[in-house]
Amino acid sequence: MIETIGLTKKYGSFYALQDLNLVVEDSTVFGFVGANGAGKSTTFSILATLLQPTAGDTFINGMSVTKNPQEVRKQIGYVPDFFGVYDQLKTDEYLDFYGASYGIKPKERAELIPKLLELVNLENKRYEYVDLLSRGMKQRLCLARALIHDPKILILDEPASGLDPRARVEMRDILRELKAMGKTILISSHILPELAEMCDSIGVIDNGKLIAQGSVADIQAQLQSEKVLRVKIIGDMQAVVSFFEMDPFVSQLVELQGKNTLQFFYRGSEEDQLQLLQRAIQQKLPILSFSEEETDLEDVFMAITKGVEIG
Amino acid sequence: MKTLFTNPVLVKELKLRFRNLKSFTGILFYLIAMSVFVFGFIFLATSLTGNGFFRPDESFMLFSMMTYIQLGLILFITPALTAGTISTEREKQTLNILLTTSQTSFQIIFGKMTSSIAFLLLMIVSGLPIYSLVFLYGGVSPSQLLYIFLFYMLTLLAIASIGVMFSTLIRKTIVAIIATYGAMIFLAGVTAFFLLISVQVSQMGMTSPATTMSPIAHFWATINPPAVLLTLLQPPMEEQLQTVTLVPIPLWIGYTIFYVLLTAGSLLLAVKKLRVNMNKYK
Repeated sequence: MIETIGLTKKYGSFYALQDLNLVVEDSTVFGFVGANGAGKSTTFSILATLLQPTAGDTFINGMSVTKNPQEVRKQIGYVPDFFGVYDQLKTDEYLDFYGASYGIKPKERAELIPKLLELVNLENKRYEYVDLLSRGMKQRLCLARALIHDPKILILDEPASGLDPRARVEMRDILRELKAMGKTILISSHILPELAEMCDSIGVIDNGKLIAQGSVADIQAQLQSEKVLRVKIIGDMQAVVSFFEMDPFVSQLVELQGKNTLQFFYRGSEEDQLQLLQRAIQQKLPILSFSEEETDLEDVFMAITKGVEIG
Repeated sequence: MKTLFTNPVLVKELKLRFRNLKSFTGILFYLIAMSVFVFGFIFLATSLTGNGFFRPDESFMLFSMMTYIQLGLILFITPALTAGTISTEREKQTLNILLTTSQTSFQIIFGKMTSSIAFLLLMIVSGLPIYSLVFLYGGVSPSQLLYIFLFYMLTLLAIASIGVMFSTLIRKTIVAIIATYGAMIFLAGVTAFFLLISVQVSQMGMTSPATTMSPIAHFWATINPPAVLLTLLQPPMEEQLQTVTLVPIPLWIGYTIFYVLLTAGSLLLAVKKLRVNMNKYK
């Protein structure tokens, strides 16, 4: 089990991570979603004993990361978002080196390496130099490396980033297999749909704060309480803008350039929405259409992290 | 000893180093240069002087010159070999993965340093057959050669430790290399300058021989590798220095203490700073 309690990382006055409380149950897959710079890698670096938190603590299977880092390292397999490989080492030598680094005996390593290479579909690359492998293959090799000491917990920081669609599918298949093996997986991505289908639960992080946590369905419902509405106008745009800005359920109102259209988030119920429309008609505002925008999981995530315009 | 050869970092580093063609061409060019120097010297001494033979005092001179060349090799190559050990891993983004393994910081630092030293030792040992030519002509005792090799080992260890320390503390390899060369130049060059200055200052207004002790001058001589090497090659130089500084301690004793402490201190700092102290904020 992974548990973070009040985890905080501060650089000067900037909070990279603020009071993060997170629980990942055994044998589940937890997706950590957030835009670039949201605090995902900072969290993972602390979990991997590479970064010291400013406050709070993290427990891996009950062991404190700050008090017992050496023991924690034996429990986790970590794949960073960016990593290099040693040139002039062959694939099996690469795995052998890390196996030795975890104190695995040579005979066991010799038995383990072909199995791991088979798991990540690299058995035919066993005697190839690592730096000659494609990015997708390196990523899978790094995953095999993280599994060499049979850790219970896998911490995967953007494992599919930079991969082509085929390599992404291959990576997803391997992760499914690992899930079936009962591993606890903490995986991050800045692309929500990429994680949605394989995760038991997800957490959304923005500006160092965890803004939502739960099952994928829960998060979707929770996030979709904010609808996106679009209003097409003919005539006085300013009057319409002023009208909608007055409504307490409206936020982030934007004017779509060149389309005579306003777009905003709406938190109210369907009755509130009906009343808003009726009031607009009563005031004879030049509204041509009033519609709810279709949103998928990705759009909702972007909305809550206040990233970009929808549409 | 078994632990030494099962250190994963050491095994991996040796594998990588000796798969690199540069390592072998480096040794080849070093041996060629050394052979040209030795045989050239012997040729000049035997044919141009018209004697037709190589005298023991000439053999000793050749030995002394080669000893200083070897020291120069150690002083100039060790920083280049060691100052990138950790920072290169950091730059290649392989360090983070290495730090999440269950190897201790000491194992990592030790493996890195030993592999660099092993290459340099191979270089020195590969030159031994050429070096031992001086024994054919006499003038040098085997014990003297042994002391000089022990001196080399200590100097090499100390500079390698400084290199690894800077490589751990400084993020960029190039800056770490410059810092290590700076430390080497200070130890081998600046201390010689300070030695000369402090001898001059201590002798100001005095008639020879000196009457007051000059521990500062003795200290600068103690930590200066070329000065200590000179006293190992020419023991009378030690007595001469003592008549100036009036400190009756042989230079090699101070040198050994200072460089052992320097090695231990540098390694300790490197081991401590390799990983973040997770519990520091508590």
